[in-house]
Amino acid sequence: MDSMLLEMKQITKEFPGVKALEGVSIKINRSEILALIGENGAGKSTLMKILAGAHQPSSGQIYLHGKPVTIEGPKHSQNLGISIIYQEFNLIPHMSVAENIFIGREPRKAKGILHRKKIKEETRKWLDKVGLTQLSSDTIISDLSVAEQQLVEISKALSFNSQIIIMDEPTAALNDEDTSKLLKIMKELKQQGIGIIFITHRLEEVQAVADRVSVLRDGKYIGSSLTQAITKDEMVTIMVGRELTELFPEKTIPDSSNSIEVTNVNVPNVLQNINFQVKKGEVVGIAGLLGAGKTELSKALFGLYKNMSGTVTVGSMNISSPKQAIDAGIALVTDDRKQEGLVLGLSVYENLLLPAYRKISRFGVLQKDKKDEIVNRWINDLKIKVHDPHVEVRTLSGGNQQKVVLGKWLQMNPKVLILNEPTRGIDVGAKAEIYQIMKRLTEKGISIIMFSSDMPELLGLSHRILVMHGGRISAELNQSKATQENIFYFASGGGVSV
Amino acid sequence: MYSVPSTKKEQVRKSNRNWNALLEKYRVLLIFLVLCIAAGFLSDAFFTMNNIMNVFRQVSIIAIIGSGMTLVILIAGIDLSVGAVMAFSGAILAGILTAGFPLSVALLGALAVGLLFGVFNGFVVARFGVPSFIVTLATMVIARGMTLVYTKGYPLVVSNELYRYIGNGKFFGVPIPIIIMFAVFGFMYWMLKYTSFGRYIYAIGGNEETAILAGINVKSIKVAVFGIAGLLSALSAVIYTSRLMSAQPTAGSGIELDAIAAVIIGGTSLTGGKGGVIGTLIGALIMGVLDNVLNLMNVSPFYQSIAKGLVILVAVLVDSKFARIKK
Repeated sequence: MDSMLLEMKQITKEFPGVKALEGVSIKINRSEILALIGENGAGKSTLMKILAGAHQPSSGQIYLHGKPVTIEGPKHSQNLGISIIYQEFNLIPHMSVAENIFIGREPRKAKGILHRKKIKEETRKWLDKVGLTQLSSDTIISDLSVAEQQLVEISKALSFNSQIIIMDEPTAALNDEDTSKLLKIMKELKQQGIGIIFITHRLEEVQAVADRVSVLRDGKYIGSSLTQAITKDEMVTIMVGRELTELFPEKTIPDSSNSIEVTNVNVPNVLQNINFQVKKGEVVGIAGLLGAGKTELSKALFGLYKNMSGTVTVGSMNISSPKQAIDAGIALVTDDRKQEGLVLGLSVYENLLLPAYRKISRFGVLQKDKKDEIVNRWINDLKIKVHDPHVEVRTLSGGNQQKVVLGKWLQMNPKVLILNEPTRGIDVGAKAEIYQIMKRLTEKGISIIMFSSDMPELLGLSHRILVMHGGRISAELNQSKATQENIFYFASGGGVSV
Repeated sequence: MYSVPSTKKEQVRKSNRNWNALLEKYRVLLIFLVLCIAAGFLSDAFFTMNNIMNVFRQVSIIAIIGSGMTLVILIAGIDLSVGAVMAFSGAILAGILTAGFPLSVALLGALAVGLLFGVFNGFVVARFGVPSFIVTLATMVIARGMTLVYTKGYPLVVSNELYRYIGNGKFFGVPIPIIIMFAVFGFMYWMLKYTSFGRYIYAIGGNEETAILAGINVKSIKVAVFGIAGLLSALSAVIYTSRLMSAQPTAGSGIELDAIAAVIIGGTSLTGGKGGVIGTLIGALIMGVLDNVLNLMNVSPFYQSIAKGLVILVAVLVDSKFARIKK
């Protein structure tokens, strides 16, 4: 039998004014994991939407099991055995796991009347297949962790007897442990004959599971290769279309004076004995596994814990509330840019101006040309790629959204910038640009405290790395000692006497 | 090393979560029971059969309208037109009766009017994507205006002994409106829980995009939901008009707010996808008991209104507290 499941040949998709895809051809075989990589805006999502039936290609042909097909809509796509797991989950929060899996095609006793027992039994079968043996099919979705929800999505896909599963950045929101579980399940699915198209930014994962890699750039198909035949660096070069000689810029030499001093900070049950200083122009990386207290520390530095003891000092100011933190010059960029960093429904223009409105009360109404000036300055400074600043922020790629967030905070002229996962879900090209921005900031004497779970980023940017474990700093590693192995050793509790 | 204490913490958190979940599930009932016990202490007359029947009969109209409103709010909509539609249906019913047609024709006519208004609301919402708040605000004003035109602003008196029985009669000692109310709630509960239509209502309110992707005909379900809300407004009109034996042009004004309050007190989320009709029934009863006990204590109706407002506020505050705990 032919092993080819799906082939897309010379797919072109034009939107008014834009060519989103141009002559893209990919194929996926039975029992194969194909990694589809490319920068944000390369056309991956458009390609997937065509497979989902949400868009029709302008030209080109799709073949399923060697026969040409036209995918008419989402339902049709599903019936053809194609399932897509979107980045933003499509589960219904207040309904049970079982109901979510069988929504729209519930087994019935009679017309319109549900066969609840059968729904549960069937669900059990599919949950077991993805290793959720402990999970009750009655559990309400909103009570599940992100990783569990992901697996429910996958069992839903399996329940359609899908032969092709497309996963759009499935690991973006998962921690390391859940990621490796997911990768393992992907391999198991592959053994069962399923073809998986795996969209990701994490090239380590590509190397870990994918059999082949296809690369898109600017809507064009660049090429495919066996994973074994290509190195990570080569993938990056092909994706970006230029040599990334310097992903991490050279480090700035820090000033000798401290900009922030953290002394004996304790928060009951959360943080113990945190002591460190950051010099002007220095980047301090903070590493640690999930639950080690990273997020909590970043909140403590911003004065968000009322029951904190010890002192956080910037200049001569002690910080015990967010207002003091802002006044003292601390800027906190959270890891959740969509929820906390941006007003997604507002334009780039408005988002960039949000902090400037605070000044209105002092200087009177802002003139339009003054507003334009502020916006243009940040768009140019941060190289935000947007053809018109009046488009909604939600339409921007992750990297550009992150730049808007940075632009908002930098208008306050911060002395200390706290970054939480500054490049999560951002492609390699935009990453490099954000690193350049960080470099320019340190040159101006701004201190950066970077909480990150991206090892290369921690190692490549930080002057020093503090490793957290169990709510305390378990090690301080200077550049000579900072290695992946050391970080992992201290992050997992090594070297700490309890 | 740290894994032992952390799993213990996890367990504690889990059992806490179970308690919270239980408390959350039954808190409306709990509030209701506490209120009843307090009412019993405040007035000897409260726990008499007569009074209890009274409370149930008084809330029946709000509760029936509230059950339809529950469906609308479950799909993240709102229906402001229910009170006005109730008035117009009542007027049509009275008009048909006084024109000499049999009772069955009058009842069908009234119900048809309610259904039509509801379906119209649903159609505009589903087909053109107009927010239901705006659509039903418009139909509210239209229906009220049509009522005033039709009645010329005067009550239409009806005289039909069989019809009087619907609002004022008893069946085995239980007033008919109460029986109708329980029948409606029994059906609605079953429908929401055991039919695909019911589950799709939750799906649409929870995540409309997913519902569409699952091939659910979201538009027709919306039309049906608003249709049901309109139909139940008309059913309320049938009871209300019979109780007064006249159709009042001002019937049901402000009742949409009482119905929405019952739904919210009952724990249905205004953002859709969460809640149910049992909560609404208890929510309506909470407001009814409150009115009743204040009446028994001879408190002025003006104060009753303030008390009702405070209860709504408390209910919403409790709701947001639970939402935070879950987070």
